[in-house]
Amino acid sequence: GSGGFRKRKHDNFPHGQRREEKENVNPSSALMTSFKSFQLELDTRHDKYERLVKLSRDITIESKRTIFLLHRFTSAPNGEEILNESEVKLDAVRRKIKQVAEELIGEDMYQFHRAISPGLQEYVEAVSFQYFIKTRSLISVDEINKQLIFTAEDREDTKNTTSDCQDNQPRSWSLKVTPVDYLLGVADLTGELMRLCISSVGNGDIDTPFELSQFLRQIYDGFTFIGNTGPYEVSKKLYTLKQSLAKVENACYTLKVRGSEIPKHMLADVFSTKTELIDQDEGLP
Amino acid sequence: MSVSAMFAALQGALGQDQDIREVPGTGGDGRGTGRDGADGALCPQEIRKVVQALEQTAREMLTLLQGVHQGPGFQHIPKKCQKAREHFSTVRTQMESLKTKFPADQYYRFHEHWRFVLQRLVFLAAFVVYLESETLVTREAVAEILGIEADRERGFHLDIEDYLSGILTLASELARLAVNSVTAGDYSRPLRISAFINELDSGFRLLNLKNDSLRKRYDGLKYDVKKIEEVVYDLSIRGLNKEATVGAGGEN
Repeated sequence: GSGGFRKRKHDNFPHGQRREEKENVNPSSALMTSFKSFQLELDTRHDKYERLVKLSRDITIESKRTIFLLHRFTSAPNGEEILNESEVKLDAVRRKIKQVAEELIGEDMYQFHRAISPGLQEYVEAVSFQYFIKTRSLISVDEINKQLIFTAEDREDTKNTTSDCQDNQPRSWSLKVTPVDYLLGVADLTGELMRLCISSVGNGDIDTPFELSQFLRQIYDGFTFIGNTGPYEVSKKLYTLKQSLAKVENACYTLKVRGSEIPKHMLADVFSTKTELIDQDEGLP
Repeated sequence: MSVSAMFAALQGALGQDQDIREVPGTGGDGRGTGRDGADGALCPQEIRKVVQALEQTAREMLTLLQGVHQGPGFQHIPKKCQKAREHFSTVRTQMESLKTKFPADQYYRFHEHWRFVLQRLVFLAAFVVYLESETLVTREAVAEILGIEADRERGFHLDIEDYLSGILTLASELARLAVNSVTAGDYSRPLRISAFINELDSGFRLLNLKNDSLRKRYDGLKYDVKKIEEVVYDLSIRGLNKEATVGAGGEN
């Protein structure tokens, strides 16, 4: 909208005078020189931010795909294969995170935190989901961060992509998932676990739902313990978490009540209709 | 580790954060500086307390410097500047204490808490320097006046965006000063302000700003430029600028 304004300005000022004023500004004055350096500094900062946003998006996409892959775990007979494949995928994600870490060498991580936070949360979700499937327990922040320490040795393969990374870098560097990113990731995990529960019932697996409801209840207790000490986003997720927990608990209830009445081979039918119902009123991805 | 132990550890970490910042993490972009009032209800602690003290000092200085807009104030500019400089030593002490309230490498984690007051202090420093010497204060000089660093590497520093925001506040203050100096019979000052603002405008034109708060404030600069140009125009069609250049000839 500066066009209209400019026109008005020209109404007030004869063209000649305006031009003369512009020429008065010496392009090599101290002020102009310092603004030139500001331009450089701001551009560098914005470029870095954009690169990080892009990396974060890639991390999000790959993590989501890993989660979808892991959902196939229960139904597939070749569970090992799927776990291995997910490990390969997560390695790829970690390579991306390594690029993020490289971008952040010598920087204040919190300055660019908003650019990478969504990706990190999704990664936490994927990695904790895989960990749960493998060990039936919750991965800790420290364990996640342990996998995000990168050393110079395995830098060869990424050397081409990180041309701005020179030899004077430290030999190893790391990226730390913040407690808040971790919490938000874990809150998302519970949505995935709810889906896992419902689909495992569909597959005739009667033990998993009970195990899951136990696990979800622990997480829910944890979140209630944190309560409003955490940031606003965490309390927001608490509501969705409650819904997920309710669904899983209801599923367990149905299994308990009707499990003794219905012959085992028909359970799948009972829940496949139930699953549809749940999916319909469910806005989660 | 059990789930509950993990969450207890996390809660511990979050609680510590809260001690440092005194208000629960907002996570928002913090553009709204007006939210300070709402935060006041929560338990008073570390950073917030120091920032409040800084805000108090900044307000006092602002009141002091606002005096230059009044008729007789123009004669007392050097005195007022000197007084303001005294206030800056209080600012430096308060900055020292702010530095000790959080880990040095986590500046941006708590940045939002002092962003507003820092921008205002930059403006005040820039205003004082302009009144004294009619030049734009450099980033290094502001940092020195406030007792902080210009570079991130060396500790508590002045973020470039905060510096630029403070300078933009200076521009609107000078637009006001141009108007008031005419009222007070000083016809040469608007011409000098005009030259200064034009240079500043050209400087900002060099920057590629993102669509953020700084950009929003930069968008206001053209109105300040316009205001000052109008003042200069009014003076020149009445021949008042000639008189002024003759009078102020020695200074240029």
